[in-house]
Amino acid sequence: MRASKHDKILLAHGGGGQLMDELIRHHILPSFKNDTLAELGDSAKLNVESSSLCFTTDSYVVKPLFFNGGDIGKLAVYGTVNDLAVAGSKPVALALSLIIEDGFEFELLDKILANISKAARQSNVDIVTGDTKTVEAGAADKVFINTAGIGVRLAGVNLGFQKITVGDTIIINGTIGDHGMTIISQREDMKFQSQLKSDCAALAALICELLEKTSGIRFMRDPTRGGLAATLNEITRSTGLSIEIHETAIPVKPAVQAAADMLGFDILTIANEGKFIAIVSPESADDCLNICRNHPLGKDAMIIGEVVQTRDVPLVEIETRIGGKRIVQMPYGRELPRIC
Amino acid sequence: MKQNTRNMLDRIYKAQNLMDAACEALGRQINIMEVCGTHTVSIFRNGIRSILPKNLKLLSGPGCPVCVTDQGYIDTVLQLADRDDCLIATYGDMIRVPGKDRSLETKQAKANVKVVLSSEDALQLAKDNTEKIVVFVAVGFETTAPATAVVVREAAAGSIDNFCILSGHKLVVPAMRALLSGKNHNINAFLCPGHVSVIIGYGAFAEIVEDFGRPCVVAGFEPVQIIEGLCEICRQLSAGKAKLKSIYSAVVTEKGNTAAQQTIDECFEPVDGYWRGLGKIEKSTLKLRDKYSRFDAFERFNITETPGEERKGCRCGEVLCGLIEPPECGLFGQNCTPQEPVGPCMVSSEGACAAWFKYGQEKRRKR
Amino acid sequence: MCLAIPARIVELDGDKAVVDAMGNRWKAKTTLLPEAKLGDLVLIHAGFAISLVDEEEAKKTWQLIAEISEFQDTSNKVSG
Repeated sequence: MRASKHDKILLAHGGGGQLMDELIRHHILPSFKNDTLAELGDSAKLNVESSSLCFTTDSYVVKPLFFNGGDIGKLAVYGTVNDLAVAGSKPVALALSLIIEDGFEFELLDKILANISKAARQSNVDIVTGDTKTVEAGAADKVFINTAGIGVRLAGVNLGFQKITVGDTIIINGTIGDHGMTIISQREDMKFQSQLKSDCAALAALICELLEKTSGIRFMRDPTRGGLAATLNEITRSTGLSIEIHETAIPVKPAVQAAADMLGFDILTIANEGKFIAIVSPESADDCLNICRNHPLGKDAMIIGEVVQTRDVPLVEIETRIGGKRIVQMPYGRELPRIC
Repeated sequence: MKQNTRNMLDRIYKAQNLMDAACEALGRQINIMEVCGTHTVSIFRNGIRSILPKNLKLLSGPGCPVCVTDQGYIDTVLQLADRDDCLIATYGDMIRVPGKDRSLETKQAKANVKVVLSSEDALQLAKDNTEKIVVFVAVGFETTAPATAVVVREAAAGSIDNFCILSGHKLVVPAMRALLSGKNHNINAFLCPGHVSVIIGYGAFAEIVEDFGRPCVVAGFEPVQIIEGLCEICRQLSAGKAKLKSIYSAVVTEKGNTAAQQTIDECFEPVDGYWRGLGKIEKSTLKLRDKYSRFDAFERFNITETPGEERKGCRCGEVLCGLIEPPECGLFGQNCTPQEPVGPCMVSSEGACAAWFKYGQEKRRKR
Repeated sequence: MCLAIPARIVELDGDKAVVDAMGNRWKAKTTLLPEAKLGDLVLIHAGFAISLVDEEEAKKTWQLIAEISEFQDTSNKVSG
């Protein structure tokens, strides 16, 4: 990668002229070597062998940009790839949009681009098109990223809320709260030293394996912002059914729990970036668990609860560690800004 | 299952059985009040109410420091936040408490409100921003007051004159007395706060036992502590006794932390103060002593604290006295929700209304 | 206020300490606990150590937390 003679982004790098050309040719193109992108067309031309596609988009504004276990770039790829995977599709192409603040160091930008590139290769997707804008200092907090992704739906797979029924099991592929607590530990106002690490990971391969080898998966979702609490409540709202989960079955790392306790957070509401929940028929539950546990991203997989009949209003209820019962509400969404 | 978890569950089952027996022997409803925000949260989060005997009613009292802060104090903080020469430093919970028409959270956009985890952070803010006056919103009970006192002393020693505190520190025992003397007679016993007791010593609750004949048991916040504490109370009540006991021996002693008490005493004196729901209570609020008056925001900005008005329909006061449960307030869940709170009991994570809403006691009862 | 868990003093300089709770480290002050020494277990509240903690009790708390990593199978609780 030829170094720019500038060490910081200037507004002109987004201006469509010489500097922008330099940014694209010397920093962006070399990071994502593929023919489609190299054409630098206004749109990417794709040949996809299916007319049954999934399409998603997400924006990434995480603060801090770099954290233990990942960075905004890695998140931007994995987050979108995971959204395609939980919808039952194989990710094929990503669009990448950058909004960069005047004064942002090229060294950091190059690091982020390298991480995006690595994450894309690991997920078997190409960055086929993109956009770059620059804004005045203060108008974006260093850099904001948006990715949009296209996936080809897997044959015979049809996931949806409507397929969920009473008796279905709820499986999660591993420990909760890792990402959110890691971010919090590196925030200025709450900083503490720890061994915590974000669980940021690409789930497509594991999810595809599950969908190809088992037939009882009804629905999947990745519990990002709002954590498990938000995702399970979304399910009860959409289905009208209720959910019971068991605190002793929910995988949590002791250090993560301790950190959440210290700061007063409910671990169920903390974001995850390498986890999915699957609603699975009871007959397929064991097979799904085994497949997960034989995969590096699912070794702590557990059945955490089940879908039950609604008695009065659709609820998510948890049986606590001491045998008590309480309701898990939809979190308010303001406690932890800019987690992803 | 591992040994410690097994032991904990065994202790809980044992305590539950004893409680069931004691409550059955009592035959009538008993009301036990906890006066600690941390207890409120732990009780809800662990689902403790769902495993208590049917005739044991657990009341949440004035144990949430944000909730008992009078509206007048909150309006004062908001007025100071309006000033361009001020930087407000506050613990997290305060920022969402609504004043007449806005909260500190909306002021955060103006960047002169900073959330801090410790009083030391507030002092540092003053050192780093010498052109502003930093006002530390000092709320909390005796657990937190020493932390404020320490930084006031440090500010004095270091001549950090752009630092001041708006003291909203309150004392637990006077509130308990006020409840039993008039606001709510229907409290049969108290589950006493663990961390306040670390500072003041469990001996501080002796006067409640002696003067009012109510059992007082100090417990920590872990579920096994809370349940064993409640069990001890039930057994006392069924035996017709009223005694003082602490089961939080890991950190609580009879005399408490004398260094912390001395620190409070050096900087503060107890004065009459306004509590939401309980009105004016004698010698219940901490005010900075004269020698530290230059760090007193009330003095510096010439503010007289007057009780504020509750917002229309808000029944936080009655909730705080244990007279009603949150769902009995007409605004609960309708006009007053965590997203749009009317009163502090819904804002603070330790408030009874927020806990009720979040952990869903009300919905369970509908069944 | 947060739930406090016992933490060990791993650095101490005057009354400025660094405490460790299950691998997480925070800054804290021991001004209110003048008798605290390096290696002591303390209870932290709002950035200050307010009490020494009995070693045995602390161990039980930590072990309880550590045991949450022993996830319990719910397969016997699945209905249907």
